[in-house]
Amino acid sequence: MSNENRDHIVSSFDTDLHKLDNMIAEMGGLAELQLRQSIQALCMRDVAAAERIVPADKRIDALEEAIYEFTVKIIALRQPMADDLRIVISAIKISSIIERIGDYAKNISKRAIGLDENPLMDGALNSLSRMGELVQEMIKNTLDAYIERDANKAGDVRKRDREVDMLHTSLFRELLTYMMEDPRNITPCTHLLFVAKNIERVGDHTTGIAEQVHFMVHGEMPADERPKEDNSSSTFVTHEDGKNLKEAE
Amino acid sequence: MSAHKYSSVQNIDNSTPVVDRNLKPKITARSVDVFYSGKQALFGVDLEIGSQTVTSLIGPSGCGKSTFLRCMNRMNDVIEGCTVTGTIKLDGNDINSSDVDVVQLRALVGMVFQKPNPFPKSIYDNVAYGPRIHGLVSGSSETDEIVENSLRRAGLWDEVKERLQEPGTGLSGGQQQRLCIARAIAVSPEVILMDEPCSALDPIATAIIEELIDELRENFTIVIVTHSMQQAARVSQRTAFFHLGNLVEFGDTELIFTNPREQRTQDYITGRFG
Amino acid sequence: MNDTIMDSGLRPSRETANIVRRGLKKRYAAEQRFKLYGLLAVCAALAFLVIMLGNIIYKGHTAFIQTEVKLEIYFDEDVIDPTGKRDEQTLRGADYGRLIKTSLRKQFPNVQKRRDKRKLYRIVSAGSPFELYRMVQKDPSLIGKTQAIWISAAANIDILNKGGIDTTRPETERRVNNKEISWYENLREAGLIRADFNTRFFTAGDSRDPEQAGVLGAVIGSLLTLAITLLLSFPFGVMAAIYLEEFAPQNRWTDIIEVNINNLAAVPSIVFGLLGLAVFLNFFGLPRSAPLVGGMVLALMTLPTIIIASRAALKSVPPSIREAALGVGASRMQVVTDHVAPLAMPGILTGTIIGMARALGESAPLLMIGMVAFIVDVPQSPTDPATVLPVQVYLWADSPERAFVERTSAAIIVLIGFLVCMNLTAQILRQKFEKHW
Repeated sequence: MSNENRDHIVSSFDTDLHKLDNMIAEMGGLAELQLRQSIQALCMRDVAAAERIVPADKRIDALEEAIYEFTVKIIALRQPMADDLRIVISAIKISSIIERIGDYAKNISKRAIGLDENPLMDGALNSLSRMGELVQEMIKNTLDAYIERDANKAGDVRKRDREVDMLHTSLFRELLTYMMEDPRNITPCTHLLFVAKNIERVGDHTTGIAEQVHFMVHGEMPADERPKEDNSSSTFVTHEDGKNLKEAE
Repeated sequence: MSAHKYSSVQNIDNSTPVVDRNLKPKITARSVDVFYSGKQALFGVDLEIGSQTVTSLIGPSGCGKSTFLRCMNRMNDVIEGCTVTGTIKLDGNDINSSDVDVVQLRALVGMVFQKPNPFPKSIYDNVAYGPRIHGLVSGSSETDEIVENSLRRAGLWDEVKERLQEPGTGLSGGQQQRLCIARAIAVSPEVILMDEPCSALDPIATAIIEELIDELRENFTIVIVTHSMQQAARVSQRTAFFHLGNLVEFGDTELIFTNPREQRTQDYITGRFG
Repeated sequence: MNDTIMDSGLRPSRETANIVRRGLKKRYAAEQRFKLYGLLAVCAALAFLVIMLGNIIYKGHTAFIQTEVKLEIYFDEDVIDPTGKRDEQTLRGADYGRLIKTSLRKQFPNVQKRRDKRKLYRIVSAGSPFELYRMVQKDPSLIGKTQAIWISAAANIDILNKGGIDTTRPETERRVNNKEISWYENLREAGLIRADFNTRFFTAGDSRDPEQAGVLGAVIGSLLTLAITLLLSFPFGVMAAIYLEEFAPQNRWTDIIEVNINNLAAVPSIVFGLLGLAVFLNFFGLPRSAPLVGGMVLALMTLPTIIIASRAALKSVPPSIREAALGVGASRMQVVTDHVAPLAMPGILTGTIIGMARALGESAPLLMIGMVAFIVDVPQSPTDPATVLPVQVYLWADSPERAFVERTSAAIIVLIGFLVCMNLTAQILRQKFEKHW
C-alpha cells in the first residue's frame, strides 16, 4: 500500500512526520559523511582530518536523543496507528542504528590517529577504500528508501551487503598473510583488521535499516534470511598458505 | 504492583492465543443485506462473531455498523420499512426464521444503548424487570438474588446496595450505563450487543465500563459498536471495519491496527479520511 | 494573522463588537415591548374573567338564601286524617293549605275582604302545603299538635326581603302592593321573618315555583350522564390511541383515520345530538331524555378529544424507553402496559378531564335528544328522564319570573364549582402519577 498522496486530515500530523523524516535524513547524512571522511583520513594518512571527526560524533548523538524525544511525543499526542505507528517505531530503531554507525566512524578515525604516519600496505588500503565506498552507497540508498517508503530499494540494499562481506573476507585473508610475513606488520594490520571489521559491521547495520524499512512498508520483517557472505570467522591461514602466497607474489 | 525479581520470572507462557480459533462461532452472518424503505444500507455482509470474544465494529458515520448490530437481535423489526435479507445464525439456528420467537431471541441477545436509558422505576425494578417478564424468577428471594448478582457483575452493587428503591434515573451517567448493563445481564443472555456504550460518558466512567467488558468476556459474547478506534483497540479481540454499507475488513484487532490489509481500513484508522 | 481573518470575510472583532452594541438598544426595546404585550394580554384576560365571575356571583349569591315565615300551625286531625288510620294515601291527599290559611287568618285577623285574603294566602310559597305534608310524613305524631313552623315565603316576599323591590315606585309598577308590604313589615317586626340558607336549592328538583326549585335533579342528571360518558369514552379512547400509536402500520388507511379523528374533534356538538336522535332514539328506541342516551352522545363527542390527547401523550414518551424495554425482551404489549402507558398517563388524564369538562358544559346535543323537558323528579337511574346543569340553566334563564334570574346565576355558580372540582381531581391524579413514576 502506498500513501503518497494521502495526507492526514489533521495537517499538523503530516508536518510532524515530515519533521521526523528530516531529522532521520540529517542524522543519516551526518553519519555517511563521518564514515567517508574517516576512511579517507585513514587512507590519506590525514591525522588532522581524523581529529576533527571525533568530536563531530556528538552531533549525531544529540540527534538520536532529539529523535527519541520527538517520537515519544508523537506517540503520546497522536496515538499513531497502522503505518503511521510503524513509521514512528522504525524511526526510533533506525536512529539508534545510525548512532552506532557514527560510533564506528569515530572508532575508525581514532585508529587513523593512532596509526599516524606509519606506512601501510596500499593493497589493503585500496580494499578498505572500496569497502567504504560500497557501504557509503548502501547508507545513501537505504535512507532514500526510508524517505520514499520504498521497500524494493531497501531490498536491493540488502543484497549488496554480500559484496561488502566478500570484500571483508578477502581483506581478512590478505591482512593475515601480511602479518605472517613480517611481525613488524602485526600492529598496523591488526588495527586495519578492526577497521575492516568496523566497515563490515556498518554494512550489516545498514542492512538492518533496510529491513526496518521493509517492516515499515509491509508490516512484517523480510521473510528470507539475510544474505551473508562473510566467512571471515571461518578463515584460517596456515604457515604454508603464507609461504605459498609469498611465492605467488 | 510490586516488581518481580528477575530470577523469579520463569516460564513465560506464550502459548495461549488471544482468540481461541477452535471454538465454533457464536453468530454467523452470510450475505446480509438491509434496506430502509428500498434504500440499501448494508451490502452482502459475511461475518462471524466468536464465542467469549469481544468483537468491535468500527467505521465512519452511516457506514452500517449500528444497522448490522441491530440485525443480531432483530431490533430492525420495529423500524417501519426495514427489510433484512440473508441469514444470521445464532448457534446454528437462523434467527429470522418464522419459528423463532423474537421475544425469546432478545432474552438470549441483550442490548445496551448509546445513551443510558434506565426505566423510570427503582434500581431494583430496573434489574428485576427482565427476569420477571420472562418468568425466570418466582418469589422475592430469587429476585433479590438475581438483582444482587447482576449488579455485582456490573460493578455497581457496592455503590447502590443501600438505595435499591431509589429511581434508576437518579444515578450519574456512568452508573446509569452500568445499571443498563446489569439489566441486560439479569436475563442471562448469551450475547451482549453494545451500541457505542461509552459515547455519552466521561473518561473515568468509560474506563470502568471497558474493564467491565473485559470481565464479562469470560461468560458472554460481546459485540460493540464504537466510534473511538482507541476503544476498539483497547477492548476487542476481533475488529470489523465497515464503510458505506460494506464490510471492508475483518480480523484480529492487533493486526487491524498495526498492519491492516485494506487501504481503506488504513486510511480510516490513520485519519486520512473521515 | 489579522490579514488572513480579513481575507476570509470575517470582520475583526472590535468592529463586530461596535455593531452589536449599536443594535442592542433596539433589541432590548423590542424585548420589553413584547413582554409588555404579553402582560397586557394576561391582564385583559384576567379582567374579563373577574368581570364575568363577579357578575354571576353578584347576581346569584342571593339565591342561596331563602326567606321563611314563622307560622303557628295546628295540625288538625280532622283535616289531615279523619279516619285516624294514618295511611299514606290519606296523608298525602289532605288539604294542608287549609291549615296554613287558618294560621294566617289568625295572624292577621283584620284582613277581611276576599281579594285581600287571597293575597294574604299568597305570602307563603305555593308549595308550602307540600312542606307540611313532608313534615307529617316524617313525623306523624305531629297530628293533633300545634307547632310553630318556618315555611318558605312566596317569591315576591322573598325578593322583597332581599331588598330587590324598589318600594319608592308607584304601586302599579311594583310586584308587591302596599298591603303586602305592610303585612311583611308586620311579620318582620314580630320577628316572624327570617332569611335562612336555602338548602332546598340543593335538595329539590325543578319546579314551577322558584322558591321550590332546586338543582339536585340537574346535578344528579349531570353526574349520571358524565359517568356514562366517562365509562364509554375513556376505555375506547385510550385503547384506540394505543392501537393507532403503537400497533397500527403506517399506511394510507391509518392516515385517513387520523385525519378523520382530527376533524371529528372540530365537529359542532349539535351534530352529535342529531346523530343521537336519529340512531339512539329513533332506531334503537332508547328512552328519551335519559342520561344513558345523553352519555352516549357526549361520549361520541368526547372520544376524538381523548384519542388526540392520548396519542400526543403516547408520542411524547421517549423512544429510548421503548427500545430499552424491547431490548430486554418485552413483547410489544408489555412495552405498552409496563412502560409507555404509565408514563403517558398524566397526559392522558389531562386530555380526559378536558374532554369531561367540555361534556359537562354541553347543552346543544342534549337538547336534541330531549333533555330539555321539565323534569321534576330527581332521576334514580340512567334510564330515568333527567336534565343536566347547562340545560337547567337554559330553562331557568328562559323563564320570565324574577326569582329565576338569581337562581339561574346560582346554578351557573354550581356548574363552575363542579368544573373546579373536576380540575382539582385532575391535578391530584396527575401529581400522583408523576410522582409515582
